[in-house]
Amino acid sequence: MSTLDLARQLTARFGDVLSEPAEFRGEITLQLADAERIVEVCEFARKDLGFDFLVDISSLDNYGEDPRWTVVYHLRRLADSCELRIKTGVSEEKSELPTLVGVWRTANWHEREIYDMMGIRFRGHPDLRRILMWEGYPYFPLRKDFPLAGKPTQVPEVAFTQVAPLEGGPFVTAPGGKDAIEREPRARTPES
Amino acid sequence: MPEVRNIDFKDPVAQAASAVEDLQDMQGEKMVLNMGPSHPATHGVLRIVLELDGELITKATPDVGYLHRGDEKIAENMTYTQFIPYTDRLDYLAPLANNVAYALAVEKLLGIEKNLPPRCQYIRVICAELARISSHLLGVGCFGMDIGALTVFLLTFTEREKIYNLCESLTGARFTTAYTRIGGVSRDTPPGWCDAVRKFLNEVVVNIAEVETLLTRNRIWVDRTRDVGVISKADAIDYGLTGPNLRGSGVDYDLRKAQPYLCYPDLQFDVPLGSVGDCYDRYLVRMEEMRQSVRIVHQCLDRIPGGFENKSKEPVNVADGKIVLPPKNKVLSGMEELIHQFMLVTEGVNVPPGEIYFGHENPKGELGFYIHSRGGGTPYRLKIRSPSFVNLSILSHVMPGHMMSDTTAILGSFDFVMGECDR
Repeated sequence: MSTLDLARQLTARFGDVLSEPAEFRGEITLQLADAERIVEVCEFARKDLGFDFLVDISSLDNYGEDPRWTVVYHLRRLADSCELRIKTGVSEEKSELPTLVGVWRTANWHEREIYDMMGIRFRGHPDLRRILMWEGYPYFPLRKDFPLAGKPTQVPEVAFTQVAPLEGGPFVTAPGGKDAIEREPRARTPES
Repeated sequence: MPEVRNIDFKDPVAQAASAVEDLQDMQGEKMVLNMGPSHPATHGVLRIVLELDGELITKATPDVGYLHRGDEKIAENMTYTQFIPYTDRLDYLAPLANNVAYALAVEKLLGIEKNLPPRCQYIRVICAELARISSHLLGVGCFGMDIGALTVFLLTFTEREKIYNLCESLTGARFTTAYTRIGGVSRDTPPGWCDAVRKFLNEVVVNIAEVETLLTRNRIWVDRTRDVGVISKADAIDYGLTGPNLRGSGVDYDLRKAQPYLCYPDLQFDVPLGSVGDCYDRYLVRMEEMRQSVRIVHQCLDRIPGGFENKSKEPVNVADGKIVLPPKNKVLSGMEELIHQFMLVTEGVNVPPGEIYFGHENPKGELGFYIHSRGGGTPYRLKIRSPSFVNLSILSHVMPGHMMSDTTAILGSFDFVMGECDR
């Protein structure tokens, strides 16, 4: 059975919230309209369609758009290597969706990482702590409004409260520029 | 005539029983032991908070992130080509494999992965397999050293040194190779390199056999690793293990076979599997994978288009001026090449909007890149799915119930690297 057939089965079951499968470079992506139903969809994919392996969960910050967050799940069937991507949007006010730890235990660390980097919370997660940054760090560094060179923090007892030493210096790239010309330090005038 | 003295040994069982009797009031008290982040058996900066009941581990909480450098954030702020040197620093024991994985991911997004010239594909496979041999040599060597078999470490490091020499003559660097480019490799193989690889392969199999004689039937080694750190098939899948750790548990999944890329479909090799899922199986899988890698590289050398010295001038880069830098002499003499060079250097390869995930069978497991592009020369989001990060998440499940001394065996058998785990 091809991945497309499996994706169609999934949309047939959850037609009200799942978009039609979209294909790009041979990969199938489904858009889930209601993030609250992600557990239901993944449980069905795992138990009935045989997607036994959760490859990865990643997240996107669509800064300036609504919904601000996109959470991306990569599912795989080990038997025939069919892969499926399920994306779901989460609004900035809510910044929360249910956890998948009950479906795949590997979701535990992936979700902790997303919470750490983007600040999206996972309801029902058994141990939602920071994983790569340290406990007490006040920012979410992969957000688009967090500058590459870092930010000072108001928490003096936490280490690294200063911005990166070269911030604003002549050889520091400016984050967020669309192309290299905007980011490239030599393209900037000294006062900008 | 020497005097004979009878020493009265106490019965050890009775002695132990009396010790338990004496310490009755201390029974059930748990001790928290902090292992790492700077500990020789944690291979970098992994910290594990162990809760011990006597010598028995009752709870293990891994703590990662000490080597976090924000690679994903960095990637969003530079062109696709500029990020290649950062991939060296992910799994720094197999930089060539990371380079290949990243280049293939961007090429998949560009839609050119099928157009790669055959010689480039063969060179990349040789690189990836040499990296696998290098990484497994270190993995097995350190595993042995952690349990006390220091000789193995010295043997394997001698061979790794030769791989670094090969890296140096191929890429100009021993460690930070940055060898691949989007759409090809930075240079063709230097004269005599393929012969040197062949010579190395013949030497390394002798070395692997020697390691095998030291460990595989060694009573101490078997006692320390067998039935220690057993991971069932279901757990391995549930926790998302990949690479030798997954196959050690008997799950037949290798991306080189399951989703073949480059010229892997043309090559013959076997995928070794464990049966129990203990540390011993993971060790055996790595040993066999090294031999299979040797087999793969031999086949690549036999078939590499253009031969060892590339007499027929086979290309190693895709013939697309908008992706690959033109030769320098043409930049200085041709208008079109000058424009291409300027655009590639200032704005980077123009990548269409879209998103892909590409998983590569790295020595440590599946190294995946999820790239979300909104067009232009920089990724909007680049997520690195690192095998060590995912593999380590099972530690809190595997370690409880083992003795404290088994931690080194379990950690050694996982063969993780923190540069990749923490990114």
